Amino acid sequence: MRTFFRLAAEGEGFVPPSANDFILPPFFESIPWLTKPVILAFLAVIVISVFFILSSRKASVVPSKFQFAGEGIYGFIRDGLAKDVLGPEFMRFVPYLFTLFTFVLVNNVFAIVPMLQFSAMSRVGFPYALAIITYLVYHYVGVKRQGLGHYLKGIAFMPGVPKPIYVLLTPIEIATFFIVRPFTLGLRLFANMFAGHLLLLVFILGGEYLLQGAIGLKLVSPFAFTMGILLTFFEFMVQCLQAYIFTLLTALYVAGSLADEH
Amino acid sequence: MTGSLNVIGYGIAAIGPAIATGMIFAAYISGVARQPESRSVLQPIAFLGFAMAEALALFGLVLAFVL
Repeated sequence: MRTFFRLAAEGEGFVPPSANDFILPPFFESIPWLTKPVILAFLAVIVISVFFILSSRKASVVPSKFQFAGEGIYGFIRDGLAKDVLGPEFMRFVPYLFTLFTFVLVNNVFAIVPMLQFSAMSRVGFPYALAIITYLVYHYVGVKRQGLGHYLKGIAFMPGVPKPIYVLLTPIEIATFFIVRPFTLGLRLFANMFAGHLLLLVFILGGEYLLQGAIGLKLVSPFAFTMGILLTFFEFMVQCLQAYIFTLLTALYVAGSLADEH
Repeated sequence: MTGSLNVIGYGIAAIGPAIATGMIFAAYISGVARQPESRSVLQPIAFLGFAMAEALALFGLVLAFVL
């Protein structure tokens, strides 16, 4: 069971949840990469594929409820996000943005699904893999559209700025485009999922520990559990918001590379 | 009582980005309230600014763990 859940109250006293709770050993000793986050990432792919294949298979003019749900999510990304941000040629990027949004969203929501209750995005490797793909995409689009020299010049020497300001602005802009953007994009998602999981662990394990204490402590523990339930709903909101922000920022970065001048 | 002073430092450091984020969204909301059709123009700007302000908080979080 250690591979799947944290075992509570193993020793004497209350052990507060820590970063070690995120390190789950592999299921089999011989396959070291097959851990719970990996399984959840594959599960997310299967869930998303099955849902959208089924919802789009018998597409009709008058949609069924299922089709309506699938098209609602797709329309939200295509019309509500990509069209507004990317301008006339947004359709090229809709597949990437849509995949990104659904993958991040489903993986995030796994953190509060009973029995799973872990998000692959709370291990730092997964958000960073996605951030690296976004990083490559927006630089590729910029170089392809503007040519390498023009693109780098646009980043380093923003037009319409007085010359002496470049002393300050050029290092900041270069750092922003090449280091800060991918770094924070991955880190934002990771930190939110990590902190959310830790927060739920604190209240639920704390409530469990109080339940084992004296009678006075037992009376307090329902409050901890109530707080855990309320925070679960709060976490759901954060998870949806983070999936949206990740996709929106990707779209914004690509839009910045598409624009001829910054 | 044991613990890390880094976390207290991070708590103090997070005040700045918190205020910044609040101000960004306050400006965004009042902008949209005054002129609802400007929403699609203001939204990317607001989120870019928010991302930048939050980046500072995230740097703080990393330093709280690393140092």
